[in-house]
Amino acid sequence: MPLDWPQRRRRTPAAEATSRPASLTRDQGLWLIGATAVTLAPHAPWLPGWLAALCGILLGARALLLWQGRRPPPGLILVLLAAAGSVGVRMTYGHFFGKDPGVALLALLLCLKLLEIRSARDVVATILLCFFMQLAVFFEDQSLPVALLALFGTLVAVITLLAQADPAASQRERVRSGAVLFAQGIPFMLVLFVLFPRIQGPLWGLPADASSASSGLSDSMSPGSISELSESAEIAFRAEFIGAPPEPAQRYWRGPVMTTFDGRTWRAARTQETGTPSYTPTGRRFDYRLTLEPHGRRWVLALDFPGLTTTPLRYASTNEALLSRPVERRTRLELSAYPDTPTGLDEPPAALAASLSLPEGYNPQSIALATRLAGGARDHNEILERVIAHLRTSGLIYTLQPPLVGRDSVDAFLFDTRRGFCEHFASAFVVLMRAVGVPARVVAGYQGGELNPIDGNLVVRQSDAHAWAEVWLAGRGWIRVDPTALAAPQRIESGLASALPAGEALPLTMRQNLAWLRDLRHRWEALSNAWNQRILGYNPDRQKELLERLGFGRDDWGALVGVMTGLCVSVLGMLIAWASWQYRKRDPLQRCWASFCGRLARKGYPREPWEGPLAYGKRLSESLPEHAQSLLEIAACYARARYGGTPTSADIRTLNHKISRLRL
Amino acid sequence: MPQRHADRLLEAAGQIILGKERELRLALACLIARGHLLVEDVPGVGKTTLAHVFARLLGLQFQRIQFTSDLLPADIVGVSIFDRETASFRFHPGPLFAQLILADEINRATPKTQSALLEAMEERQVTADGRTLALPSPFFVIATQNPANQIGTFPLPESQLDRFLMRIRLGYPGRLAERALLMGEDRRHMVERQGPVLSMDELRALQRAAHEVAVAEPLIDYVQALLGATRNDPTLAAGLSPRAGLALLAASRAWALIEGRDHVLPEDVQLVFPHVAGHRLHLAGDGRALPAAALVRLLQSVAVT
Repeated sequence: MPLDWPQRRRRTPAAEATSRPASLTRDQGLWLIGATAVTLAPHAPWLPGWLAALCGILLGARALLLWQGRRPPPGLILVLLAAAGSVGVRMTYGHFFGKDPGVALLALLLCLKLLEIRSARDVVATILLCFFMQLAVFFEDQSLPVALLALFGTLVAVITLLAQADPAASQRERVRSGAVLFAQGIPFMLVLFVLFPRIQGPLWGLPADASSASSGLSDSMSPGSISELSESAEIAFRAEFIGAPPEPAQRYWRGPVMTTFDGRTWRAARTQETGTPSYTPTGRRFDYRLTLEPHGRRWVLALDFPGLTTTPLRYASTNEALLSRPVERRTRLELSAYPDTPTGLDEPPAALAASLSLPEGYNPQSIALATRLAGGARDHNEILERVIAHLRTSGLIYTLQPPLVGRDSVDAFLFDTRRGFCEHFASAFVVLMRAVGVPARVVAGYQGGELNPIDGNLVVRQSDAHAWAEVWLAGRGWIRVDPTALAAPQRIESGLASALPAGEALPLTMRQNLAWLRDLRHRWEALSNAWNQRILGYNPDRQKELLERLGFGRDDWGALVGVMTGLCVSVLGMLIAWASWQYRKRDPLQRCWASFCGRLARKGYPREPWEGPLAYGKRLSESLPEHAQSLLEIAACYARARYGGTPTSADIRTLNHKISRLRL
Repeated sequence: MPQRHADRLLEAAGQIILGKERELRLALACLIARGHLLVEDVPGVGKTTLAHVFARLLGLQFQRIQFTSDLLPADIVGVSIFDRETASFRFHPGPLFAQLILADEINRATPKTQSALLEAMEERQVTADGRTLALPSPFFVIATQNPANQIGTFPLPESQLDRFLMRIRLGYPGRLAERALLMGEDRRHMVERQGPVLSMDELRALQRAAHEVAVAEPLIDYVQALLGATRNDPTLAAGLSPRAGLALLAASRAWALIEGRDHVLPEDVQLVFPHVAGHRLHLAGDGRALPAAALVRLLQSVAVT
C-alpha cells in the first residue's frame, strides 16, 4: 500500500512544445533580468545618459510586470520604442557606424528583447546577446574590475540558461552546476589565451575613436598649470627598477623642455631630433622598465639621462627622449638612466642664445633685482650662487594654492604674493638668470614617485608633476637647479604632501595619516599593474618570446595551431574521463537504475528525488499503461536487489536485461 | 507463512470496521512491533471498537479503563487489602493486569495516574507494596485522546508521548463505508460474536518474523538522512531521538512484513514515518504539534538513493 504523495503536475515534453506558456516563470524571469542587469552594468558609464536611464527603466518595468504576474506590452509598443531608441542613437552619435553606436543599439535591443520573450528560443537568444555584450565592454575598458564583472556576468548567464533548461532544479543545484560548467571552461580559456595567434593592436581601433582623452603635462607652462595636476592622484607611469632605485633627490623624470617665454607662458621650442643622444652616457647606471599610461604626447618621461637601449628612441636636442608617435595606449619600455652624465658641453651658440631671450617690458622689478645681485660678480658660477642664496633666504612659501598673479607674474611672485608652486619658482629662477645673461631654461616633468611596498614598483602620479630649471655654465654644461627645493627641500626628499604648510587641504588619497587607505591603494595598484603587465601586456612580441622559449620557431603557426588543438582536446578528454570516473564510482546496480531513471526523465517522467523505487514504478505504470507490466517488474527487481541484502551479479544482469528489453 | 496470519486478521477486522484498511494495518503493525498505540480523534469514530476487535480476533484478555480526573494510580494498578483469615495483606490486581488495555481519554487523568500507566507500558511490570509484578504477555495498550475538547485535561508531556510507538487518527468513514455501517448489523454484536482468528503462538510468530525482516545498508542510510533532516530543520523544536529512530525502524519492519516482504523499502519508512514521528516532533516557538503537510515536506526533503 503506497503512501499518497501530493501529485505535482508535470508536462511531457510533447505537451510543453504545443502549449508553451506565454511568459516565463517568475524564477526564470528574475534570473534573466539579473543576467541582463549584470551584463549591462559595466556598459553604463559608456552609454549615453538617456540610453542608460532607458535601459534601467525597461529592466525595472520587466521586473515589475514579472512580479505582478502581468503580461508584457504588445509588440507594437516595443517596435515604437525600438524605433524611437534608434533615432535617439542616431541623433547622439550622428551615424550608426562604429562600435559606440553599435553597442548602444545592442544594449537597447537587449532590454527590449526581455519584454517580448515568448519561447525558450528567445531566452537562448537573449543569453547569447548577453555573452556578446560581456565581450563588447572590453572595447571601452580592459581593467581588472571590468574583467571580473564580465566574468561574473558570464556565470550568471550560464546559470540562467540552466534555469531555463531545468525549471524543477533548486537554486543551489543551478548555481552549483553553473559554477562547475564555468570552471570547466577556464582551462580552455587559458590555453586559447596563451596560444591563440595575437594580432597587433585592437581590432576595433576605428579612426573615429582613436584619440583618447588623457591628462598630463602639456608643452606649455603658465602659473597654475602644474598645480592643477597636483590635485590628481591618477597614475602617470610606473617604473620597475632592476636593482635599487635611485634616491628620491635623483628622481627627475624629464618631460618637455621650455625655452621660449612670452612674459607669462613658457613654451617648448622647436628642437632637432636625432637617433642618438648628444651626450655620452657615463657614471652610475640604473636599468628599469617604464610603463607609460596614455598621455597623447610623444615624450617618454625617462629618468635623466637615458642611455642607448634596445628600445628605439628619438633624442631631442634639449635632451628629452621621444617616441616616434604619441602614446595613445599603455606602453612598456626597457630603459636605462645615467644620472651623473654631463650634458650640453658643446652646446651650439644658437641654442644658448635662445636660452637668454626675455620679452621686452615684462617683470622690470625682477630684472632690476637680478642686475643688483649680479653686480660685481666674477663669473656665472658666482651669479648662480648669489641668486640661489637670495631665493633661499627671501622667505618664499611653497603652496598648492598660489594666489593669482597678474601681468608681471615673476614680479608678483617674488615681491608681492611670495607664495607659489613649482612653476612659479622655476619661472622666477630662469627669468633672474636670463636677466643677467646666464643661459637658463625650464624643464617640466615629474619628480619623485612612491614605492609600492607590495610589488616594489615606483608609482608616479600626476600629483608628482614638477617643473625645475637648468642653467648653462661654461665648462660644466647644463646644470640642474631645482628652485623649489630651495624653499621646500622636503618636496624633493619626501614628496608633495610633506612639503605643504600645515593645514593645507590635500586630495584624500594623498593624505599621510590614513595608513590603511594608503595600504589598500598600494595593494590595488600592484594588482592592477600585474593585470596590465601580464594580461593586457601579452602582445605578439611577448607571445613570440614565450613560444620561442617553449621551443617553437619564429613563424611556426602550423605547429602552434596543432599544440593548441591538442591541448584543448586533452583538457576535454580529461574532463570527460573525470565525469565518467565519477559515474563509475557508483556501484553497477545504481548505474543501471540511474540509466533507467534517466531514460524515463527524458520521456518526461523524471523520478522525484524522494521517490522510492516501487512508488516510482507505480507512478510510471499509471502514466504509461502499455508498459505497466515491465515498468513494475523493473522497479520491483531493483528494489529487491537494492534493499533485500547484497545484490548479486545475477540480480544486476536480470535488471539490465529487463531495462534493455523495455521499448518506450 | 506469518504474512498469511496478518491477512487473515485484517480481513476479519475489515468486516467490522469498514473502510479503514490503512488504519487497521497500522494498528496491527504497531502490535506486531510490540509497541503501544495512541488513537487521537473525536468520539464516536470507532476508537473503542478498534480495541475490542483486536482483543477478540487475537483472543486477548481485554480491559477498558475510562480515565477521569479523579482516577488514582491504585485504581488501575490494584490495591493490597488486609485479609483477616491469613492475617496478611493480599494484593488485588487492578484492570492493568490484562493483555490488551483500552485507556480511554487518557488526557483526562491527572499526571500522577497517567505516569503510572505509562511506566507500566514501558517496563511491562508494576511495583506495588514493594513487590514487582510482571504484567501479562503480550501487553498492548491502545490509548485514546480527544484533541477537540481540551478543557480540564492534562495533555501528555512529550517524554511520555514517546512511549507510544505510533499515533493514528481514524477520521470519518467514507460515504460507502458509512452507508454500509448504517444499514448493517450492530457492531457490538458483531464483535461479541467474533471468535479468535489468530492463536497466541501465531501472534508471537508474527512478532518474531517482523524482527527478522532485513534492513539493508542503503535503507539505514535513508533512515539516518531522515533523522538528520528532523534535527537540522530550524522550524522544529528538536529532532528525533535515537529511540525514535529505533521505533521508526521497528514500525517499518512490521509494515514490510504485513506487505509480504522480507526486507524494508524506503516506501515502508515513508508510510509509517508520519505516524511514528508526528507525535514526537513539535514546532519551534509555540511548541504546537506538527501539521501533516510539514511531515510530508520533511519526507520530500530527503532523497532516496
